[in-house]
Amino acid sequence: MTSAVIEARGLRRDFTIRKRIGRFRRQRSVVTAVDGIDLRIEAGELVGYLGPNGAGKSTTIKMLTGVLRPTAGYLRVCGLEPVTQRRQLARRIGVVFGQRSQLWWDLPLRDSFELARHIWRVPPADHAARLARFTRELDLSFLDTPVRQLSLGQRMRAELTIALLHGPQVVFLDEPTIGLDVLSKQAVRAFLTELRDRGDTTVVLTTHDLADIERLCRRLVVIDHGRVVHDGTLESLHARYGSRRAVVATLAEPLPEPVRLPGVDLVQISPDGRVLTFSLDGSRTPAGHLIATLAALGSLRDISIAEPTIEDVVARLYADGTDAGTA
Amino acid sequence: MVDISIYARLLWAQVRSYAAYRASFAIDLATNALVPLLDVATIIALFQVTPDIGGFDANEVLVMFGLAALSFALADVAVGQIEKIRIYVRTGLLDAALVRPLSVLGQLLCADLPLRKVSRIVVALAILVVAVARAPIEFTPARWALLIVAPTAGAVLFGAIYVATATVAFWWIDSGEFANALTYGGRDFTSFPVTVYGPAFRYLFAYGLGFAFVAYYPTLALLGRPDPLGGPAFLAWSSPAVAALAALVASVIWRIGVRQYRSTGS
Repeated sequence: MTSAVIEARGLRRDFTIRKRIGRFRRQRSVVTAVDGIDLRIEAGELVGYLGPNGAGKSTTIKMLTGVLRPTAGYLRVCGLEPVTQRRQLARRIGVVFGQRSQLWWDLPLRDSFELARHIWRVPPADHAARLARFTRELDLSFLDTPVRQLSLGQRMRAELTIALLHGPQVVFLDEPTIGLDVLSKQAVRAFLTELRDRGDTTVVLTTHDLADIERLCRRLVVIDHGRVVHDGTLESLHARYGSRRAVVATLAEPLPEPVRLPGVDLVQISPDGRVLTFSLDGSRTPAGHLIATLAALGSLRDISIAEPTIEDVVARLYADGTDAGTA
Repeated sequence: MVDISIYARLLWAQVRSYAAYRASFAIDLATNALVPLLDVATIIALFQVTPDIGGFDANEVLVMFGLAALSFALADVAVGQIEKIRIYVRTGLLDAALVRPLSVLGQLLCADLPLRKVSRIVVALAILVVAVARAPIEFTPARWALLIVAPTAGAVLFGAIYVATATVAFWWIDSGEFANALTYGGRDFTSFPVTVYGPAFRYLFAYGLGFAFVAYYPTLALLGRPDPLGGPAFLAWSSPAVAALAALVASVIWRIGVRQYRSTGS
């Protein structure tokens, strides 16, 4: 029944920290970085894995890739147990660690790809076909340049290529757009969109870049303090955390009386009283109802509605998580 | 299985990488050649004030020195860069190695072959050839063979010491010079007859860690001399067995170390 590419149940990881107390004595304390994660990712999904720094994101990724042994729990990736079957697993996954290169620094980029072909034993025809595709899609016009001379954007595109050249079933991307300029980010996102829509590669993406999430991820898994605090679509995240739209109304003259509607708060008012900004919980009062009310109260000149941004949602989510953690 | 060809490719990639820094490579090559020459100068200076060291004359000690220097230089070039594992563990570069379908040790060894030290092999070999020519050796086929086998076994033993001591970094990230004490210290120890050392030191280094089997016992076999310490005659020919045992122990320690890394993380 297991068509899941990644399946984790009760996945946990403790670290023992030794702290100096006094000159020689040390105190051992156990920190739980990942605290019982259940996760099931099907073939072809693109999942955004989010969380504040220190939430346990990289610890999870390290366990999924076979770098780190879980303390407890059940974990299978591509049907394999990551740490004990590390080398078999390495054939089926691709990894981009934002700061740790898989490329050969002093050699032309082309040589890194050629070495990758041998390391992963890719048949020459498959290799040539994939390299041609990635060269086109990622615009790799710098194959003969030594890696150390590549710009950050070029290097990230090269990292993506080397992670995918062996046709992995799952690819783990740890902050692939970090530090990139706008154009490079767009190129990387367009490429990942294409990869997602082909549907033959499962992608697990960790990022702090909210635009990445909005454009790419249909499913978000948010963790905090080592636990999954949300697993679902971006929309369900908005709904669940009561994301609010901002409604800005410009009136001919100030309102004769304040607006009293459930889920509507006046958050800002201009000194002349003619520009009002409301925060609106759409589940309690529809935007149309607010507009109709405003129009009935005075003469409405202009109206604009801003959709909730994921920044707000995530900020709120992280803040909640912190409260829950300290409570 | 066919992995060997991949490691060969990784090595070749490393060699080509050096081509990017030709001038500094040439300078490193030249300065490294000086190292064994300075060491041999020290020994010659010692023999200016004494006719023998630990019951061996200058030519005999130079054979020992040549065997030790060649063994160490071979091991240093082949696996010496393992001491960088501290950096790999600290910076998390080991993660990048763990997500490739290759052995971690193999990748580390191929990732940075210190070819600039190749000149040490050449100089050490030259010293050994001169010393053997000057020493009173009656050559038999077994002794000719020993001239090949002894440096090989010695290199394996030094390599094992390198791997085993570097592995300490998995537990003890700031292990600093601990590994060097046993590797470079071992090289200096083996350059002289073990008869010069006090019993406690001798038992630990010569027999406990096996350093007597790098140069001392093979030299006795070449010279056809009995062990002044009264050891049985077969000891003179047992270097390969000792080296194989050391390699086995080192590989076990390495495996435990990598497992430890995966349960520690970075």
